[in-house]
Amino acid sequence: MKIGVVTFPGSLDDADARRASEIAGAETVPMWHGDHDLAGVDAVVLPGGFSYGDYLRCGAIARFAPVMAEVVAAAERGMPVLGICNGFQILCESHLLPGALMRNEHQRFVCRDQRVRIENASTAWTSAYDAGQHVTFVLKSGEGGYVADVSTLDRLEGDGRVVARYLEVNPNGSLRDIAGISNERGNVVGLMPHPEHAVDELCGPGTDGLGFFISVMKHVANGSVAR
Amino acid sequence: MKMMHRGRPDHPIASSSAPSPDTVAAAEASPDRQQPWRELGLEPVEYDRIREILGRRPTSSELAMYSVMWSEHCSYKSSKALLRQFGEKMTDAMREHLMVGIGENAGVVDIGQGYAVTFKVESHNHPSYVEPYQGAATGIGGIVRDILSMGARPVAVMDSLRFGPADAPDTHRVLPGVVAGIGGYGNCLGLPNIGGEVVFDQSYSGNPLVNALCAGVMRHDQLHLAKASGVGNQVILYGAKTGGDGIGGVSVLASETFDSDGPAKRPSVQVGDPFMEKLLIECTLELFAEGLVAGIQDLGGAGLSCATSELASAGDGGMHIRLDRVPLRDASLTPEEILMSESQERMMAVVEPGDVERFMKICAKWDVEATVIGEVTEVSASDQRRGGRLHIDWRDQTIVDVPPRTVAHQGPVYERSHSRPGWQDRLQADDPARLARPRTGDEIRATLIAMIASPNLCDRSWVTAQYDRYVQGNTVLAQPEDAGVIRVDKTTGLGVALATDCNGRFTQLDPYAGAQLALAEAYRNVAVTGARPLAVTNCLNFGSPEDPAVMWQFSEAVRGLADGCEQLEIPVTGGNVSFYNQTGSNPVVPTPVVGVLGVLGDVSRRTPMGFDAEGQSIHLLGATRDEFGGSEWAQVAHRHLGGLPPQVDLEAERRLADVLIAAAGEGLVGAAHDLSDGGLAQAMVESCLRRDVGAVVQLPEGLDPFITLFSESAGRAIVAVAFGEDEAFRDLCSVHHVVRQRIGVTAGLGAGAILEIQGQCTLRLALLRDAWSSTLPRLFG
Repeated sequence: MKIGVVTFPGSLDDADARRASEIAGAETVPMWHGDHDLAGVDAVVLPGGFSYGDYLRCGAIARFAPVMAEVVAAAERGMPVLGICNGFQILCESHLLPGALMRNEHQRFVCRDQRVRIENASTAWTSAYDAGQHVTFVLKSGEGGYVADVSTLDRLEGDGRVVARYLEVNPNGSLRDIAGISNERGNVVGLMPHPEHAVDELCGPGTDGLGFFISVMKHVANGSVAR
Repeated sequence: MKMMHRGRPDHPIASSSAPSPDTVAAAEASPDRQQPWRELGLEPVEYDRIREILGRRPTSSELAMYSVMWSEHCSYKSSKALLRQFGEKMTDAMREHLMVGIGENAGVVDIGQGYAVTFKVESHNHPSYVEPYQGAATGIGGIVRDILSMGARPVAVMDSLRFGPADAPDTHRVLPGVVAGIGGYGNCLGLPNIGGEVVFDQSYSGNPLVNALCAGVMRHDQLHLAKASGVGNQVILYGAKTGGDGIGGVSVLASETFDSDGPAKRPSVQVGDPFMEKLLIECTLELFAEGLVAGIQDLGGAGLSCATSELASAGDGGMHIRLDRVPLRDASLTPEEILMSESQERMMAVVEPGDVERFMKICAKWDVEATVIGEVTEVSASDQRRGGRLHIDWRDQTIVDVPPRTVAHQGPVYERSHSRPGWQDRLQADDPARLARPRTGDEIRATLIAMIASPNLCDRSWVTAQYDRYVQGNTVLAQPEDAGVIRVDKTTGLGVALATDCNGRFTQLDPYAGAQLALAEAYRNVAVTGARPLAVTNCLNFGSPEDPAVMWQFSEAVRGLADGCEQLEIPVTGGNVSFYNQTGSNPVVPTPVVGVLGVLGDVSRRTPMGFDAEGQSIHLLGATRDEFGGSEWAQVAHRHLGGLPPQVDLEAERRLADVLIAAAGEGLVGAAHDLSDGGLAQAMVESCLRRDVGAVVQLPEGLDPFITLFSESAGRAIVAVAFGEDEAFRDLCSVHHVVRQRIGVTAGLGAGAILEIQGQCTLRLALLRDAWSSTLPRLFG
């Protein structure tokens, strides 16, 4: 089981995503934004950070990285892809996921231990959780407010594609408290909070985040992946 | 000084050098040409000295280089003589872990198992007042490059901030920008921000202090130094292009006091690009790993003037630069401006000729522009005696031909006059004992709530939530903990702890004792986590060195710090001096920020500050005295500053640290928290609120409850002893002769829990949290 973690210039949580995958028992493959193939990986993580400095609009340039053409094609074939924070922004810019992420409502970057409810436990990345389970991840972002038009939001809700929702505090003004969503097939998930920073009792708020990486390993082991 | 006009035609250098640059040949041919040395901040005696060194008038480029390098900020000309104490008072025991000491970009400390840590704190005070966001952002950028240029991967930053009163209008201009700048830059670099300070005081209102600390980790064999050795080695400038930003920033901004009617100074502040810096970090680390760097220096204050002269003088002494090869953002820049530019995100490397191609390839991979701009040259014996030879050409004409050591290291040294100010006695005689104190339980309760809600004691989350404290995945403790703790390596379990502290009110009352109290507090903050303090850095923020009263404060603080380090046996490894922190003739309170680095052999044994279980007994360690001079209580309740600061007992600090370190190692304590500003009451509230665990406190008999709760006596901490370890902990304290009193027990979980101070008051944690955490959001939105 190989999880590829893409490093764009300006990626920051790439090493953390690799560490989380390894704690879950996966082999990890570092991938570079200029790569033209996915080196035989079974799943891909687009990590957090500020790809290309995010100077235009978060994720807007990363979308055009050579490796993204491969990621989009593989995702369309059903390969599990997880975008965390900046990775979520890239997935939206790539149109693998609907909607967009806006500047936090209060205009400030926010770093906090965030309570989240897992709404859909049947995606490639969330099957290790129970639907409705409360977990704590790390939220750290300046542009994490999820927005989409009403019909898109209704469709996401109706199809069970809201994967996670903020609990207690809506930290950024996300519509309907949305913290993460999936595509229709459930193999592509975008999430604003960082599960990869909740995998080690010593250096994060508990280990609730490991479920994402364990879920995808189970998903791949069940043979439900097209490369 | 009136040189900071916006239009370049008014620039004294530009106008004197246009259209073709001033060359060495021209300087020899026109010895009497008038030069704008005074406008560049040089004293008459300094200009004469330059002429004497060169045996002719300097070219305008040489004048630019000397003026920035001999500025207070770069040359330490007012402080150098006093700072020598840090070296003179260093014993062999203190050198034991020191791999690189004062003088390099940053000190390096051996933390064992083949690992070394480098750390340093620097000021960016004046730029942050002029342009809060960019000033603070580039302060982070500069200190990170200092750490990087030692060969280390930067692993954490901290920031020590001082502002005017929290409700002052200008604080509302400066603070949000500074915090956003630190966050905007540091977050984008992927460096966890693990702690620091936010302090409000009237004296900082026209002159905030923005001190940034960075720590980096390396293997011993990765150590790199800033020197250009090896004749024929190539000098490569890489990173961002050079632009017109920050020209003269060093001599103008850092060495001059703000006048309310002075010219606009915005053009002297540099603009940062954290994305470029992130690429520069990753690119440089890959260059180190591939062994392609023979010498390296970052470009910070004084830009190319500094990098070329320092690299050359630390190496073989010879360097030849072709300045017209420097990639420019603005093609109209003159050579003088290129030499002075403080454009950010640039590094200079010395590379063996055979490695240049691989060097360039790695830079290309990271989209970092790199250009060979010169080489290391041979120096004759006679030139070597003069201080080496740095040769800079511009379009085949020689515009600089100087001994680099005279630029970098042989600047003027002043023994500034200092005298104890006349008001010092009056200030110390103004004893806080005369102030009315709370007596009844209700008064104690009201005082406690007012104190925890005061700007200097309240929750800092409004600030610290804007910083990423988790990135890199090795943050073991971060704010609001007493010290930030970073895991160095998962296999060995090694960790480092870092704390910065200074109470400028104490230092105002007695600079010698105040500096030692800053050291003691940072030392204690590291020790409460269980880490063994190993090394010290500092950032000495003072008013004008030309004011004898300020110079007295400075000399006392340096002497106090050096004596304190000698007594605690931890060396100063580097630091920074920032003078001219004043508005008009009013200096800031002396603020020698002290950073202490400690090491944990097994970082999983670290002690956090918050109570996390019910039924653990709480002990107060150290002696409490009636000490309120410079205290937060005197400030909050009476707006009073006077008397003497708390007594300093560094031997007691050391014994306390020994107990805290041993207790952590043996797993005897569940929580430990330093007592400082606000005293026991503040510490109890913070330890309860960290994880919503309540407590019942029985104040010791024989001492006024007010003194027990609010005195700021040094050398104290509270601990919650782990179940079944009370006897072992008591024995440990006895062995180390640490005063210990059991003052209560943890009791109750959740926001509904209470903090009961028996015989005085009972406070619900929800109420305490509301008082403690609502102040900054209310003030800053």
